Amino acid sequence: MATVIKEQKPKIREKLVGRMTNLGTDIRKNKISYALLAPYAIIFITFTLLPVLISLYLSFNYYNILEAPKFIGFENYIKLFLSDDIFLQAVKNTFILAFITGPVGYLASLMFAWFINDFPAKFRALLILIFYAPSISGNVYMIWMIMFSGDTYGYANSTLMKLGIINEPFQWLTDPEYMLGVIIVVVLWMSLGTGFLAFVAGLQGVDKAQYEAGIVDGIKNRWQELWYITLPNMKPMLMFGAVMSITQSFAIGDVTQHLAGMPSTDYAVHTVINHLVDYGSVRFEMGYASAIATVLFIVMIGSNKVVQSLLRKVGQ
Amino acid sequence: MKRLKAKRIKTKRLNRTPGGDILNIVVIGIFGVFMVLPLVYAVMQAFKPLDEIFIFPPRFFVRNPTLDNFTDLFILMSQSWVPFTRYVFNTVFITVVGTVGHVVIASMAAFVLEKHKFPGSKVFFRLVVTSLMFAAAVTAIPNYLIMSRIGFLDSYLALIVPAFGYSLGLFLMKQFMETIPNSLLESARIDGAGEFRTFWQIAMPMVKPAWLTLVIFSFQILWGELGSTFIYSEELKTLPYALNQILLGGFARAGAGAAATLLIMIVPIVLFMVAQGNIIQTMATSGIKE
Repeated sequence: MATVIKEQKPKIREKLVGRMTNLGTDIRKNKISYALLAPYAIIFITFTLLPVLISLYLSFNYYNILEAPKFIGFENYIKLFLSDDIFLQAVKNTFILAFITGPVGYLASLMFAWFINDFPAKFRALLILIFYAPSISGNVYMIWMIMFSGDTYGYANSTLMKLGIINEPFQWLTDPEYMLGVIIVVVLWMSLGTGFLAFVAGLQGVDKAQYEAGIVDGIKNRWQELWYITLPNMKPMLMFGAVMSITQSFAIGDVTQHLAGMPSTDYAVHTVINHLVDYGSVRFEMGYASAIATVLFIVMIGSNKVVQSLLRKVGQ
Repeated sequence: MKRLKAKRIKTKRLNRTPGGDILNIVVIGIFGVFMVLPLVYAVMQAFKPLDEIFIFPPRFFVRNPTLDNFTDLFILMSQSWVPFTRYVFNTVFITVVGTVGHVVIASMAAFVLEKHKFPGSKVFFRLVVTSLMFAAAVTAIPNYLIMSRIGFLDSYLALIVPAFGYSLGLFLMKQFMETIPNSLLESARIDGAGEFRTFWQIAMPMVKPAWLTLVIFSFQILWGELGSTFIYSEELKTLPYALNQILLGGFARAGAGAAATLLIMIVPIVLFMVAQGNIIQTMATSGIKE
């Protein structure tokens, strides 16, 4: 034991001395690092980090912009969960939308990326473009309004009536029975975004030699290959794609607002984001809106953490 | 690269059966049609004369394609109170300045976060990754308050400056910069290049796919920017805002509206087409490692 300690001591001292002599150069080097980081850091802190903290602070206050914020403790949260029925409805809608469009959009991104990867390179580029385009084409989703328009001019209605399946037009976007379904279709249509591209790239990056080695290890079909070789190889992309999907699926708001109006009939597709906009930009109850934002923030971060811990199990 | 490709072609396709391949083609075919139809429809609408837009029963394909909708759009635009070119200028200005600033500022930060070790760098990057996990809507209210406090409201700055700080751009750039060999940077430093020069003249040319990706992604966001929360003066408003006003014009303007939708839609798609190879290359390093 004694010899071991003796041997270690000089090492530690050496390290310390080394560090001290390096300190000067370290600071100078770091100065440059901080200088190059500074412009980004300042903007990131001002417009991303600070707002989270301000939101948290305001959620414990009554604040209407005109008067100074007044501290009211948990009152906003209590009102939110105990007496705001519309919020609870919005939470329910948001969770339904997130639990369907999140996982389905994610798996669809992965599946299509995987399928497309089997095509020859020429077709692949075209297919990637076709599947990715809806997510970047701005507000083209308004086109769906014509498809699901409530009168007989809507494609859904006119087609179904021509086929004799229905006799009178369905009110797709104003009848609470169908609204959620239509929104889910539109959101899924737009859900092959950045995560999809990451999957495409991840699939192309798997070392081909591993597939050959897999054959020797007894892999028999493409599904086993996917589970035991491909997916474990692209785990980091799976993580990245999950982050993108989850954040997106909890942030649904624009689509519901534009397609179903705000407020939508009976709040049938009212989401937490819609509720937030309602209180923040329409009623100017900033404290209350901040409480909504904080709840949403916690839900988003929380579900990301849960899903990441699940994804660690892929291929095991 | 070429050798690699040749090798790939030579390898036999393993674990693939004809049945599976057919299923693959069928699935991609069906869903591909589902994905592309609304976009094709948007194109069709833009070239339909008014009587075809309102025909019953509705028709998908255009019979007598016309450019009337586009001329209508331009006539409407020339009648607007603020000259139409002003909206175009606003959006182009915001997009270009925002994008260039984002690429330079985020790359600079990505460079030091990836290639320098200094106190706080890991924590900062973790914060950036965490910020990918919540949507911007969550911070909209405090953002508005901050903008009004620092006097950014009703100016280009409200749209341009936050664009510099997009977290996704920094994240993708930092991950891609892992591929730059440290020895190369070291030799530049030995040759007497300062850190900024090492970054600008050695690192940046090597990460062209990544900064092209940043350009495209930030362009996509800024190009579609309505800006109506922060900008109130008509002469500062953006092109999507002006086109949206036409869309809201109802039946009488359905044709011009369809033309407007097509114009807004086509730009990001064309840009993506051009840069696709580079973007995919960048996404190959996009993973989140534990």
